[in-house]
Amino acid sequence: MLAFAIYLSFAGALVEALLPNSRAKLARWLALAVATAGLAIAVAGFIAGMGQGRMVIADCAWVPTMGIRYLLAADGISRVLVLLTGLAAVCGVLFSWNIEHRTADFFAFYLALIGGVYGVFLSFDLFLLFVFYEIAIVPKYFLIAIWGSTRREYAAMKLALYSFVGSAMVLIGLLASYAASGSHSTSLIDLAHAGLPASFQMWCFPLVFTGFAILAGMWPFHTWAPTGHVAAPTAASMLLAGVVMKLGAYGCLRVGMALYPHGLDPWEFHFLGLGSWRDIFALLAVIGILYGALVALVQTDFKFVIGYSSVSHMGFVLLGLMTLNQIGVTGAVLQMFSHGIIAGLLFAIVGRIVYERTHTRQLAELEAMHLSRRLPFAAWAFVVAGMASMGLPGFSGFVAEFQVVVGSWSLNPVWTVATAVGIVLGVAYTWRALQKAFFSDKMPTAEDHPKEGWHSLGAITWPEYTGVAILTFTSLAVGLYPRILLDAIEPAVKALLAGGIQ
Amino acid sequence: MNYADLFRVTLPETALEVAALLVLVIDLAFANKAALKVRVAVAAVLGVLGCCAALALLPCAGSGGFRFGDEILLASGGVAAIAQTGILVLTLLTLLLFVGASFTRHAGEYVAVVLMAAAGGMIVASAQDLLVIFVGLELLSLGLYILTAFNKQSEKSAEAAMKYYLFGGMSAAFLLFGFSYLYGLSGSTNLPRVVYGANIAAAHGGTPLVILALTMVAVGLGFKVAAVPFHLWAPDAYEGAPAPAAAFIASVSKIASFTLLISISYTALNYMRLLILNSHSLAGRSFGVASVSGGIAPFQVEFSVYYGWYLILVALAAASMIVGNLAALAQSSVRRLLAYSAIAHAGYILLGLAFFFWGNRSANAILYYVLTYGLTTIGAFGVIQVVERATGSDKLDAFLGLHKRNPLLAAVLLILFLSLAGIPPLVGFWAKFNLFAAVLAVGAGPVSLSLVALAIAMSAVSLYYYLQVLKRAYVLPAADDTPIHTHPVTMAVLLAIAAAVVVLGCFPAILQNWIASFYPAF
Repeated sequence: MLAFAIYLSFAGALVEALLPNSRAKLARWLALAVATAGLAIAVAGFIAGMGQGRMVIADCAWVPTMGIRYLLAADGISRVLVLLTGLAAVCGVLFSWNIEHRTADFFAFYLALIGGVYGVFLSFDLFLLFVFYEIAIVPKYFLIAIWGSTRREYAAMKLALYSFVGSAMVLIGLLASYAASGSHSTSLIDLAHAGLPASFQMWCFPLVFTGFAILAGMWPFHTWAPTGHVAAPTAASMLLAGVVMKLGAYGCLRVGMALYPHGLDPWEFHFLGLGSWRDIFALLAVIGILYGALVALVQTDFKFVIGYSSVSHMGFVLLGLMTLNQIGVTGAVLQMFSHGIIAGLLFAIVGRIVYERTHTRQLAELEAMHLSRRLPFAAWAFVVAGMASMGLPGFSGFVAEFQVVVGSWSLNPVWTVATAVGIVLGVAYTWRALQKAFFSDKMPTAEDHPKEGWHSLGAITWPEYTGVAILTFTSLAVGLYPRILLDAIEPAVKALLAGGIQ
Repeated sequence: MNYADLFRVTLPETALEVAALLVLVIDLAFANKAALKVRVAVAAVLGVLGCCAALALLPCAGSGGFRFGDEILLASGGVAAIAQTGILVLTLLTLLLFVGASFTRHAGEYVAVVLMAAAGGMIVASAQDLLVIFVGLELLSLGLYILTAFNKQSEKSAEAAMKYYLFGGMSAAFLLFGFSYLYGLSGSTNLPRVVYGANIAAAHGGTPLVILALTMVAVGLGFKVAAVPFHLWAPDAYEGAPAPAAAFIASVSKIASFTLLISISYTALNYMRLLILNSHSLAGRSFGVASVSGGIAPFQVEFSVYYGWYLILVALAAASMIVGNLAALAQSSVRRLLAYSAIAHAGYILLGLAFFFWGNRSANAILYYVLTYGLTTIGAFGVIQVVERATGSDKLDAFLGLHKRNPLLAAVLLILFLSLAGIPPLVGFWAKFNLFAAVLAVGAGPVSLSLVALAIAMSAVSLYYYLQVLKRAYVLPAADDTPIHTHPVTMAVLLAIAAAVVVLGCFPAILQNWIASFYPAF
């Protein structure tokens, strides 16, 4: 059943592509209908899959001569991320309600991207996964290049090339694994059973892991992320931070770690105190957490703050993966979901609710606008989102980051401490942005105050209310009762850690 | 020698030649008073009919080929039949593109030359004898020189044809020089015997001479497939030639030349296979020539000659991939961009030839690649032709705002260029995957792996320049909003090609099964 989320999205994209751009209203409602149907399917699939392991959705021969199968399946991790995609897709449509320029084209690329993302999360054939992964790259380019802002062509090209370089590394790994396993099958399960030699895994793991991690925003390959997020239109930055970065992290977990478990084994030697690829990637993840947070602390552009915070939060995901223990990896998967929701909310507030009304994202200029009085909804929504982003108890981020931090202790306590510093920095940069943008100390002087009164910034529209409500509610629900998702994630992670994906 | 056999095997080529003559006669005798549009349409339809007739006659050729004594001259069935079908179908498409073009008043002559060149290509694809190969190549090349020069109002066209002709003549000289050495070494012009003779000669201390001969042959063939460093003609020819002619050069002649390289590799490896099968009773096993003597093991003999050929191919492949992709980054003309990308694609295919295997796997992967690449390129030149007619230029900026001026055309361009860049689920991605998987299946060593890694890295580079064109078509604002009109036939051809690229990409098994159907079942 979940497979229809893919087909429906692509069919929607095709219809939107054929729709003339003058039918903007129809295009919007169609996109919303398709996204909502996708969400409904995702929810239904999630409920149907409760308490079950991996379920095969579709399995048929695709290229018989090469042993490539059209194999869709879902385990707990997939179901959670599909749910995230459904939520992000619906909210993305809601927050792009005001797009007037080539509306039908916009939603065509948008739905094609969504379809690709659904496909990646549901593929259990490495080849199929790669196909969907690449399908997701091209729409991103056009979404940013056509509808973006600040240096959009540069940012779009940078993002496309980074993604393509990453996927080229994955493709090399895919071809090498296919050849090394005897060229019989590209199914993840078969490849995991193929008994790839440890020496092979030792070089293929870092290659594939890095390839995917580029898209997950791993330091030092993260530079596409802030520029891309900032340049992208609101819905695209929501999807980029919310879902596309998760594609990378998911690939790291599902392909990198599950196919090449011996790639994580310790080397025979130590280099600068690092004794395995695991140490190296964990170190990069911690650097990402601290670096992203520190850079976010000094940004003058509101959206860049959120962009770098994404790098920082994705560092938690990668660190969680590298802990290789139940609690850490579970935390990483939960963090994928949580960050997807929270980053979507933050980008929606900054990019849609604030920027579309004030036409500036410079914190210095926003400071003079007294937005807490003129846009109280935006201010309070950002307070809530900021609290979620800081990882305050009661929100999903807390549960996820807490698990990652606990898990990282067994890896290296030093990194736990560093990560804790990262969390504190997270409070600092969120607070700083919150205060500068909304709750400035500067009182308006008499000269500041226009005689005719502040001109209206425009009322908050219903799609904005709905979108903020959905995302806030989700983050709160998961934060207050994390078992909803953990019950699905934990068995899947356990199976995955116990021995690949048998 | 049996002339009935010769007639039977060359029936498709004969059909093409007959159609060529018919086109000439009808154009001269009946249509010379008619309007140019009518003449173009009549000539193109006749040409298409000729191609269809040849396609229909192709199965009549059987699978035995044409032999002189026990030496095979022309192969039929298998690889040759696949390539010939491809040549005919793609020729047909370029003829249909000609309907929407208006660069010449000599419609009949143009179609006749195309058909004759296609016949030359078919002969090259099936030839198993050095002399037949050379005759076929010359028939093909002469046709291509004429086609390049066919736009008589354009200086560029004449210049490009002149360059092409001079380079081509020189490369033919190199090829013939190499062939003469091979003949001198082996005493035969028959491909299997040449391979055998060259190995015997190498065993008797003639390795340097064999390598020299192979290098000469590689120079000659490297020119035909536009491999670096013999690629200099390609950008000029692609830029100067009329669009349908450029499409023909980029697709049909590529198929013919690569099929020839497949035949050579096949023959060489078949010999190696026989060596392995009969390594104990080699003497006179297959050709009745004196046995290898001198105490050198047969494997080493084979190795030294084959290794030289392999090294040449690897060097050409790596150079073509790197130079082609990097040079394409700097182009401002879309035709030149396609030329450099063609050089890069030739590099990928040469990689497949360097790591060749005697099973069908490698040959199938290469044919799959060349056929789909040819199809895509024809479509790309079709789009360029339309844009050129509307804007008078093939510069990148001529594509500005194409999505507004003709959304359908822009969509076709999007599909074709993404396919060339190797984005799934389009056919170009499958072709690459198939080819690289075949390379790794043959030699999963560090060398093949690093070369495949290079190829994939380079195709990541290629996305940049393909996106440069698509960016202008979709992203940047239009300089001129007037709609672009296309000839209905051109549009139909382009849509069919784009649909084929998508369908074959989503269901790659279709083409694979079709290719496999040409081999006898095992």
